[in-house]
Amino acid sequence: MKLFGLQLPEFGKRDPREAARREASRREAARAPANRSRGRTQFNLRGRLLLVGGALGLCSFALLARALDLQVIDNEFYQKQGAARFLREIPIATSRGMITDRNGEPLAVSSPVESIWANPQELLKSPARLPQLADALGMDRDELKNRLSQRADKEFVYLKRRINPDEAKAILALEIPGVASQREYRRFYPQGEAIAHVLGFTNIDDRGQEGLELAFDDWLRGTPGAKRVIRDRRGRIVENVDLVRAAQPGRDLTLSIDRRIQYLAHRELRNALTQFDATSGSAVVLDVATGEVLAMVNLPTFNPNSVGTSARDAHRNRAVTDLFEPGSTMKPLTVAAGLEAGVISPASMFNTNPGWIANGRYRTTDTHNYGVLDTTGVIRKSSNVGAAMIAKRLGNQQFYDFVRRFGYGERTGSGFPGESAGVFPAPDRWDGTSKQTMSYGYALSVTPLQIAAAYAALGNGGKLTPPSFIKGQHAPSRQVLDPKIAAEVLHMMQTVTEPGGTATQAAILGYHVAGKTGTSRKASAGGYSRRYIGYFAGLVPVEHPRFAMAVMVNDPDPSKGYVGGTVSAPVFRNVMEGALRLMDVSPDNLDTWLAAQAEAEAKRLKATGRALPVTATTAVDASTPTARAAQ
Amino acid sequence: MNRYVILAVLVLANVATALLVVRDRHEHRLAFIALNKLDKTRDELNIEFGRLQLEQATWAESNRVDQVARARLGMVFPRTEDIVVLRR
Repeated sequence: MKLFGLQLPEFGKRDPREAARREASRREAARAPANRSRGRTQFNLRGRLLLVGGALGLCSFALLARALDLQVIDNEFYQKQGAARFLREIPIATSRGMITDRNGEPLAVSSPVESIWANPQELLKSPARLPQLADALGMDRDELKNRLSQRADKEFVYLKRRINPDEAKAILALEIPGVASQREYRRFYPQGEAIAHVLGFTNIDDRGQEGLELAFDDWLRGTPGAKRVIRDRRGRIVENVDLVRAAQPGRDLTLSIDRRIQYLAHRELRNALTQFDATSGSAVVLDVATGEVLAMVNLPTFNPNSVGTSARDAHRNRAVTDLFEPGSTMKPLTVAAGLEAGVISPASMFNTNPGWIANGRYRTTDTHNYGVLDTTGVIRKSSNVGAAMIAKRLGNQQFYDFVRRFGYGERTGSGFPGESAGVFPAPDRWDGTSKQTMSYGYALSVTPLQIAAAYAALGNGGKLTPPSFIKGQHAPSRQVLDPKIAAEVLHMMQTVTEPGGTATQAAILGYHVAGKTGTSRKASAGGYSRRYIGYFAGLVPVEHPRFAMAVMVNDPDPSKGYVGGTVSAPVFRNVMEGALRLMDVSPDNLDTWLAAQAEAEAKRLKATGRALPVTATTAVDASTPTARAAQ
Repeated sequence: MNRYVILAVLVLANVATALLVVRDRHEHRLAFIALNKLDKTRDELNIEFGRLQLEQATWAESNRVDQVARARLGMVFPRTEDIVVLRR
C-alpha cells in the first residue's frame, strides 16, 4: 500500500507539463483502478518477509559457517599468521669444539663475542641518535647513515661483528631503538703462528676453512639449537615459549701434536732461516711407532688470530702441499732396495772413481772423488755415483715398486686437506736416465711429510704407518721392508752423524742418531740452477727409534751455506735434543756421555785446583736435578 | 537415565582434563624458564672456563715462557759439562 502511495506522486512528478496535466491525470485515473486490482492479487507480505528473512538467514549462516571454518575446522591459517606476528624461532648459538694438543693444552678455543645488529626501519625513525651510535661503534657517521638508508626496507643489518662482550654491553646501554646484539663465537689460537698451518683457521661464520679446522669441521662444529620465543616490536625477547631443538655443542679434538716440540721446531727452523737467509722451510716430527705427527712447522707463517692481514702464500702447509725433489735423502731407500733385491750386500764395494759416471749423455757426479766405497760409505759420504751404481743393478719396475711401497707418489693418508701425492711417474714414462737420477733423488718430487713417513718406516722395522694428526687414532701399518734390512740401513745411516759423515752437526750427545743429509739443486727453466734445498731427515735413538724428523730449508743464500748438513742438520739436532728430553727417552749411547762428563770433570778439577773448593760443590749441586733426569 | 550419567561423567572428565592441560602447560612454561636459566648459568660458566683456559694458554705460550726464562729470570740451558750422569 505504502509503496503505491509513494509511487503515485512520482508519476505526477514525471509529468510536470501543465497543459498535459489534466489529460494525464484523467488517463491515470482510468488506469489506476486496474493497476490497483492487479497489485492486490500479486502482493504477498508473508512471502516477501520469508524471502528477506531467508536471505538474511542465509547470510548469517554463511558468516557462521565461515567463522566455524576459520576457527574450528581450518584454524591453522590464522593461528599461523598470528604466530608469525610475534612468535619467533631463534637459533641458539653453539660453540665449536676445542682443539688441544696431546697433553690437553688448548690450541684453538672458541670464545663468545657479540655482534651488534640493527633494524633499519626502527632505527631510522630516530635519526637524532645516529651520531651517538656511530661514535659508540667507532664508525664514520656518514658511512653509518649510508649503510642504513641503503637497507631502509630491511629489518636486519649487522653493524659490527664479533666484538668484546663488554664493548657490546656499553653500546646496548645507550638504549637506541632498533639496536640489539647477538651472541656469536670466535676462534682464538693461543699458540699463534707456531702451529698456524696445522690448525688452519675458520671464517667469520665459524666454519673451518683450512687445515685441521677444515678436515674435522663436522666433528668440531656443533649443531645450533632452536627455541621459540615471543618477541616485542624492538626485538627483545618477552618470553621463552618452547625449546625446539637443544643445541649440540661441538666435540673437542685432541691432536697428536706436542705443543712444546712444535714450538721448539718452529723456533729452530726460524733461526735457521734467518741465519741462512732462506725463503721457506718445513719440519715434520713423527712418532715412529704410531705414525702420529708430533710437530709440523712451516715458514713463512701467519697469525691465525688475524688471518686477513697475512699473505695468502703464507697460509699453505708446505710440509704436505709443496713438492720438492728429495735429493740425497732418497739414498737410504735406494740402498734398501738393493739389499732387498739381493743385488748388493752391506759389504759390497763400489768404485766411484773418477767421481762421476755417465748417465746417457749426462753425467752423475760427486762433489769429491770418494774412490772405493762400501755400501755404508755410499750413505755416509752421500755418493751419487754409488747410488747410481746400485740402481743400475735393479730393474726399472723393481726399483719403482720398492720406492712406491714407501709411499712416494701417493698421499700418505694423513687426511690433511690439500695434501699432495707427489710426482713419481711409472717406469713406462721414464726416459733412459730416469732411474739413475731417481736413485739420488732427482726426477721425482715428494712432500717433507712423505720423507718423514718413509724414514719412520725404516725406523719401525720396515712397517709404514700412515701419519695421523689425531692422538690415538692410527691407521693400520703395512710391512714394506724386511726388519733385518731396515736395521742394517739404519746402522749405515748412523755413520752419517758420526765423524767422517756428512752431518756431524746432527749428532746428539748420549744418543745414536741415524740420518741422511740432502742437498738438491732447484730445477729452473732448462736445467738446474745454483739455488738449493737443504734437507736433513733422521731417526733417533737408533736402538728402538722414537722420532723421525725431516727438515727442509728452501733456497738458502749459497754464500752462507746451503748443504743439508749445514743448514738443516742443526735444526734436527736442537729439536730432537729437546724432544728426547721432553719425552723422557733414555739414552742409548751413555758411553759418549760419560766420556764427555769425564772430560768436563777433569776440566773442573783443573779449575778447582786454582779456585776455592766451594765452587766445585755448588757446581755439583746445581747440576743434580738434570742429572736425575738423565738416569 | 543411564545415558545421562555417562554424558555427565564425560563432561566432567573433559573439564578435568582441560584443567590438567592448563596446569601442565603452565608447569611446562615454568620448567622451561628454569631450564633456560640453568642453561644460561652453564653457558656462562663454560664461557668463563674457556676464557680462563685461553688466558692460561696465552700466559703459557711457549715463546713467552722462553723469553721470560731467558731474559727476566736469567735461566740458561745446562751445558754438557754441567750435566752429571749417575748410574745405578
